[in-house]
Amino acid sequence: MGNILEVAGVEKKYPGVIANRDVSLLVREGSIHAIIGENGAGKSTLMKTLYGLIRPDLGSIKVFGQEVSLKSPQDAIALGIGMVHQHFKLADNATVLENVILGSEPSRFGFVVKFDEARKKLLEIAETYHLDIDPDESLSNLGVGERQRVEIAKVLFRGAKILILDEPTAVLVPQEVSELFDNLRDLVNKGLTVLFISHKLDEVLSIADDITIMRQGTTVVTKKPAETNKKELAELMVGGELPRPIAGIQKRSSESILSIKGASYSRFDGREILHNLNLDLHGGEILGLAGVEGNGQSELIELIMGLLSPSTGSVEVLGLDTSTTQTRDIRNAGVGYIPQDRQRDGLLMSAPLWENRILGHQFATPMARGIWINKNAAAQDSKRVVEEFDVRTPGVNVLASALSGGNQQKFIVGRELSGAPKLIIAAQPTRGVDVGAQAIIWDHLMKARSSGAGILLISADLEELFSLSDRIAVIYSGSIVSVLDPSMTSPEDLGLAMTGAKTA
Amino acid sequence: MKKDKVFWATVAPLAAVLSALLLVSIILSLQGANPIEIFQVMISYGFDPRNLVSELNQTVAYYLAGVAAAIGFKMLLFNIGIDGQYRMGAFFGAVVGAAVSLPPVLHVLLIVITAMLAGGLWASIAGYLKVRRGVSEVISNIMLNFIAAAIIAFLLGEDLLGILPEGSQNVQTRPIPLSGQLPTFKMFNGEVYSFLFVAILVGVAYWIMLNKTVFGFNLRATGLSFRAARSSGVNAPGMIFVTTVLSGAIAGLVGLGTLLSDTYSYSMAFPSGFAFTGLSLALLGRNHPVGIFFAAFLWSFLERSAPVLEYEGVPPEIVIVMQGTIVLAIVIAYEVVARINLRQQQRAVGRVNVELVSDKEVK
Repeated sequence: MGNILEVAGVEKKYPGVIANRDVSLLVREGSIHAIIGENGAGKSTLMKTLYGLIRPDLGSIKVFGQEVSLKSPQDAIALGIGMVHQHFKLADNATVLENVILGSEPSRFGFVVKFDEARKKLLEIAETYHLDIDPDESLSNLGVGERQRVEIAKVLFRGAKILILDEPTAVLVPQEVSELFDNLRDLVNKGLTVLFISHKLDEVLSIADDITIMRQGTTVVTKKPAETNKKELAELMVGGELPRPIAGIQKRSSESILSIKGASYSRFDGREILHNLNLDLHGGEILGLAGVEGNGQSELIELIMGLLSPSTGSVEVLGLDTSTTQTRDIRNAGVGYIPQDRQRDGLLMSAPLWENRILGHQFATPMARGIWINKNAAAQDSKRVVEEFDVRTPGVNVLASALSGGNQQKFIVGRELSGAPKLIIAAQPTRGVDVGAQAIIWDHLMKARSSGAGILLISADLEELFSLSDRIAVIYSGSIVSVLDPSMTSPEDLGLAMTGAKTA
Repeated sequence: MKKDKVFWATVAPLAAVLSALLLVSIILSLQGANPIEIFQVMISYGFDPRNLVSELNQTVAYYLAGVAAAIGFKMLLFNIGIDGQYRMGAFFGAVVGAAVSLPPVLHVLLIVITAMLAGGLWASIAGYLKVRRGVSEVISNIMLNFIAAAIIAFLLGEDLLGILPEGSQNVQTRPIPLSGQLPTFKMFNGEVYSFLFVAILVGVAYWIMLNKTVFGFNLRATGLSFRAARSSGVNAPGMIFVTTVLSGAIAGLVGLGTLLSDTYSYSMAFPSGFAFTGLSLALLGRNHPVGIFFAAFLWSFLERSAPVLEYEGVPPEIVIVMQGTIVLAIVIAYEVVARINLRQQQRAVGRVNVELVSDKEVK
């Protein structure tokens, strides 16, 4: 089969910034083509160019062998290029069918929507590509994976032959990822072509037919999964060797800094989220908490941080009973907290970085002096965090929302590791960050452990759990079902335990 | 960076006022009037010393209403209850002020504290309902405005706290004795309320509280992101309650300039409508004490010079159109400026990435 898409020498400059330069890409018809690269490597710019959202300064784009000039997404759609955005663009209070046809409604006389025809077409699409969707379901009832299928159906409804998926797996849990991959396979088997943006190397290796690596705004090389491996891909992405986390010597202290005894928690509607949960963490160790999302991790974190109270049982942090201690006192006692939803729980998005440095530390020196905020200390220490954690920013007066996700995360980790915390609650500390940033974050977590801090690492990333944890506790349906030794456990066993299967 | 900030902070309100002037000019031209002439008449009338004095006195009340609204805005609260809070403050200030006799300074201080307490307590009802019962503060405050007016009307009954002075149609509270009155000072050949200084003090305190203290940081953090504030250790629901009360306490001061330096008693003739004005001014002044001051003065100026338009054959309501347009334009202008700012910053962030890249290549 020939190339359905040919990009040659594409360049896009912004005043003072080169977003893309000398980008070349050959995409075979009927293939899954992955594009990987660090945050800010130019993947998104390239995709926006292909979708007509950005017009390149130089270079040529050929679709089906024809040179094209894309002026708008409408042009791209007309040529059969469709885009599934990372953040879904769907209306919550409409049905699946209404969402799919919105903007390209088949109509009579230009204003009467032909719903029957649209429904028929949508059902055909669902049938052909094995997309499990119900046209009349209200969107508000759908989970993330189903919403993504609606987005895919939307693109297919418009007649797309080339689908661009922007980090489609970032929002999915493992089972949903495998469903998505099955769907993508079906699509290419039926002759469509998929462009897939990611920075998760495992996924790319398992699904893609071709992998193109981007770095510093340009395409570096295209590889076949069979010819390469994770290590090589990672090094091509960062352009050098990755800093490896230093294992360090484990100095597990005898005192328990986090002790959860028989804790249960029921929601306002009476549903029991956590059931008789026991956990014990010492200084100088990293305790991994593995589990599929939604098995009570968020509630457990909130119990530890004093944001919720257990209905029975007790949670003790550094000797403080969290049900009677305020969050500020728990933090002041020496607890660093990296929340899993960084933009909602970890940052003031429309405030500058130096103010974000204060957040969570505003009740103690050096960020506060009595009743006053210490701006100088905050600005200075923000600079230190930016330096040490390689946060890519021109300064500390920049708004948090101007940074990319990975850089926001590095800043939060840097903030929460400052002031030598004794206990660190790290929830998904490297979610959505590229391999370079991941290595930096892992390194700092290991250093904190070496200096005696205890870390509770809540993660859905098996690689992360195995690389960092001294012990791995598995949470399932609100209880700890097993505590494993990572050196004696295989990833398959851990994966099995996470789904609630009994392990020997 | 600093200069940039000031520039953008000024350019948006100026753009809003200019576009409002433009729109009003078009309306005036359509009516066959010469807009330039009309504006000239307004300016020469509005800046007449005699009128300046009454504008300044009106500015005092508007300014306090604006600051009260701004505190709420910082918490994403829409304090439409400023009207009720201001009435409660002025009424109980007047009642307590007339009932006691104290040395001069203490007497005034007692009235001020009473007014703040009354306004704050009245607002605390809405705060409690919001935090504990999830009732929107807009709904509860609108209700509370009516209830406040009704309670005061009831209490002003002649056998309760009201008196009917001879020859008057208006019931009022007993007059505050001399020791509880606040002198005026001479300016532009007129008498300006010295409560102006209290208003300025409130503005300064508001700015320092918001930008320099931990309390202010927590307030802003809660307004920017409830969840992030809560995770950081702030008692976020508590902050919402306290902010509501604080906003109400400032609103309680709105009528005191008039009360302490002019009428010395509260009557049903005290004007209403401070809530909407306060909210507009906070919006226009971008919640900044200096901005709100200019906005308050602009409002007083427009309202004072409106009647003169009638002599020019133009309906004075044109001023309301102008005010409305300014508010509408300001919302748009701030959004545009915010986007420009974010884009500039993102570009700066992008530049850093590229610089890092070229550094690496050199090595």
